[in-house]
Amino acid sequence: MIVGLEIDGAGADPAAWRGAEVDPRAILTGALAVRAAQRAEAAGVDLVTFADALEAPEDVPEQVSVRLDALGLAARVAPATERIGLLPAITVTHTEPFHVQASVATLDHISGGRAGWVADVSTSAAAAEVVGRRQPVPVAETWREARYVVDVSRRLWDSWEDDAIVRDAATGRYVDRERLHYVDFVSPTFSVKGPSIVPRPPQGHPVTAIRVNTPAALEAARDADLVLLPDSEDVAAQIQALRANQRQSAAGGRSVGGGQSAGGGRSVGGGQNVGSARSVGVTADAAGRAVSVTPDSASPDQGSRPGVRPPESDTADRVAGVSRSGPVVLVSVGVRPHVDGVDGLVAAVEEWVAAGVDGVHLRPGSLELDVPVIADELLPRLRELGLVGAAERGGSLRGRLGLGRPRNTFSGSAR
Amino acid sequence: MTKQIHLAAHFPGVNNTTVWSDPASGSQIDFASFRKLAETAERGTFDFFFLAEGLRLREVKGRIHDLDVVGRPESLTVLSALAAVTTHLGLAATVNSTFNEPYELAKRLATLDHVSGGRAAWNVVTSWDAFTGENFRRGGYLDKSDRYVRAQESLRIVRKLWDSWTGDDLVLDQASGSFAREGAGAFADAGPHFDIRGRFGLPPSPQGRPVIIQAGDSDEGREFAAAGADVIFSRHGTFAAGQTFYKDVKSRLAKYGRSDESLKIMPAVTVVVADTDAEAIEKAAYIREQQVSGPTALVLAELLWGRDLSAYDPDGPLPAEDPVVGSSVTQGRVGYNDPFPIVAEWRAQAEANGWSLRQTVINQQNRQTFVGSPTTVAEAVNRHVQENAADGFVLVPHLTPGGLDDFVDRVIPLLREYGVFRSEYSGTTLRDHLGLSR
Ligand SMILES: Cc1cc2nc3c(=O)[nH]c(=O)nc-3n(C[C@H](O)[C@H](O)[C@H](O)COP(=O)(O)O)c2cc1C
Repeated sequence: MIVGLEIDGAGADPAAWRGAEVDPRAILTGALAVRAAQRAEAAGVDLVTFADALEAPEDVPEQVSVRLDALGLAARVAPATERIGLLPAITVTHTEPFHVQASVATLDHISGGRAGWVADVSTSAAAAEVVGRRQPVPVAETWREARYVVDVSRRLWDSWEDDAIVRDAATGRYVDRERLHYVDFVSPTFSVKGPSIVPRPPQGHPVTAIRVNTPAALEAARDADLVLLPDSEDVAAQIQALRANQRQSAAGGRSVGGGQSAGGGRSVGGGQNVGSARSVGVTADAAGRAVSVTPDSASPDQGSRPGVRPPESDTADRVAGVSRSGPVVLVSVGVRPHVDGVDGLVAAVEEWVAAGVDGVHLRPGSLELDVPVIADELLPRLRELGLVGAAERGGSLRGRLGLGRPRNTFSGSAR
Repeated sequence: MTKQIHLAAHFPGVNNTTVWSDPASGSQIDFASFRKLAETAERGTFDFFFLAEGLRLREVKGRIHDLDVVGRPESLTVLSALAAVTTHLGLAATVNSTFNEPYELAKRLATLDHVSGGRAAWNVVTSWDAFTGENFRRGGYLDKSDRYVRAQESLRIVRKLWDSWTGDDLVLDQASGSFAREGAGAFADAGPHFDIRGRFGLPPSPQGRPVIIQAGDSDEGREFAAAGADVIFSRHGTFAAGQTFYKDVKSRLAKYGRSDESLKIMPAVTVVVADTDAEAIEKAAYIREQQVSGPTALVLAELLWGRDLSAYDPDGPLPAEDPVVGSSVTQGRVGYNDPFPIVAEWRAQAEANGWSLRQTVINQQNRQTFVGSPTTVAEAVNRHVQENAADGFVLVPHLTPGGLDDFVDRVIPLLREYGVFRSEYSGTTLRDHLGLSR
């Protein structure tokens, strides 16, 4: 199973910063985050997420009312770690999609393929007012737009083929421009020409995570590589729903050779108003794994809405060699093991695993007090139970999550 | 008192300065390259490390320009990572003010400033064109004449947010439980481009606020710099042009109530160092040949002429046609407002020296500013600064990441001997290095 950890200030407990073990200044320098990530990495934790929102934290007495930009903090942590995945929260409602994808691609470059992002939306008036570009947007609409942002990000990451930089001294060409692609993306609220300004990130697609906090987010989570699901009565049902969606798509596809377009693809609509569906197929290879299928470019709807590419598609649409079906699902829970001990948590983890989760996303009350307990007690227990692997495991974040390296949508398209 | 020299290292990017085909040229993308050059700059006790930005890949005649370095990682993210592997070096990010929102800029830059302990700088650039705008929500909505209006308002607001916390707003009293004074960071502003309010969630960093750099050359650009920048990154690296620019910009400061020392002028320059002057001159000529291949000469001539010149032989004579003003043959790079006198000069020089088109480009552009033995270079650098052609320089190496090794190992020791450049950092923030007040 996968173990993730949330970094937010001094921890999820609003009073965590008051502990004698905490130097509150270290929240601002990033030192607290670096230490937590290093401890987690040494213990074999797979990834850390960095909490953020566009607007400042609430100005409440006794609480940490400051917050570093999660992306900058993740970048600061990157050279100080070697194996752990780094996923800053990035809100997309008011931020330019082109900047978002360039930053995440850059985080992937500087971390050697360990980057992802927790795509989030801003629905508050406070967030709208700090930028002042648009009115607050209803939650369902923000997520609909976020799905377009996720989609265009992946297209922009693909806008450079892996081997676009040729450095061919004989012809004087640094790049082969036939391997660079305009994305010409048009959505109801924005458009992007492309290509990206950043060469394709090492992982192809850095990991896109979505934290489920509303029904609309759950809907959008179908596009994610990684889903952070709150603990609830019906975790098992929610996971099934996320997976069923995937199975359904697998069943709709016709079995053809790996990587080929499938004629019998199901029509994916989803989401109101997103407009035309496009025909995609997801097929299974002989071993029952999902294999990549190129979106059917001959879809009749595309002709009627040139340039509009609905983001309704499952990850597997573009992912070759995916070894699991559906997004990786982690149950996200607030924990205080330095107070509560780890027995209860171990028991809970076993239950979640039985319910079908792929792992846990722990939000420690105090980074300084709880992360050592997670590292020194929880992970060894889970390792004994055969639930987590060796601490030395490295490689790309996608690799750790069992996600294949995505095929490039544009690969070979212009040649 | 002898003026102290300021130095910055530029990670070379998408101009033809970079000789990417050289066997000694490393990756333009890998973090290891950025780290290596930054470490060299820090070993040389440079003031700061500089990253440029482009928000759309350059095009020539509707196709992506492929002869120079294309693509690069995004500045602020790279610099936040470099904060982890350096301790004193300033970290300067070029970020456009047209295609960003001031609140987001303030937050990202303040984060860099905090995680680096007060070493951040913002180079405010103002591309406004519709070509770049096609990558953004608002498109090319800004008129050219408004680029500095928006930049001015952005900078004013960004500063307002950075200043929205006062001295003792950050309390950090664990016993009483007061993290910050309630209400700290509150802001509101309304102007022609922005109408915003809320709370800014980061207190001032150890240097108070990030350093502001400006890199435009027009009259508006110079005025913008005189009004509010701490550093100008200029293109006037030669002695005479440097002095003229220096005088012009510094003379604008008084009306903003500013002293000459409050604005440092740092032209972009290239340096070629070898054992002897003769060797350095030979090496420089070789580098220029590498920088300006036949196809590159044509592209550079097309930028000046504003015409498709692909029918011309770069080893033949200069094009006979007149230049076209404001053409879009080349997109995504700064063109010439008035190409006629430059074309006339090129023609005169080509005729007098019997140069081909390529030879003319080589001789009229891409000339290294400082060429010679370590002593020759150190003396020239120092003379430019002492005689007010500059306050220092942004060094643009032609190789990544080893291109500044010679300068740091052989020229810096001489500047230190002359007593015009630090041997060790006297402070920890970029403002300390630049001698700027907080
Ligand atoms: C030395 C120098 C370096 C520059 N570097 C950049 C850059 O990295 N990115 C960018 O978008 N613009 C860059 N510019 C362009 C300017 O910031 C500015 O947008 C442009 O020159 C138009 O302003 P102006 O009319 O005042 O010159 C640079 C300009 C100069 C003079």
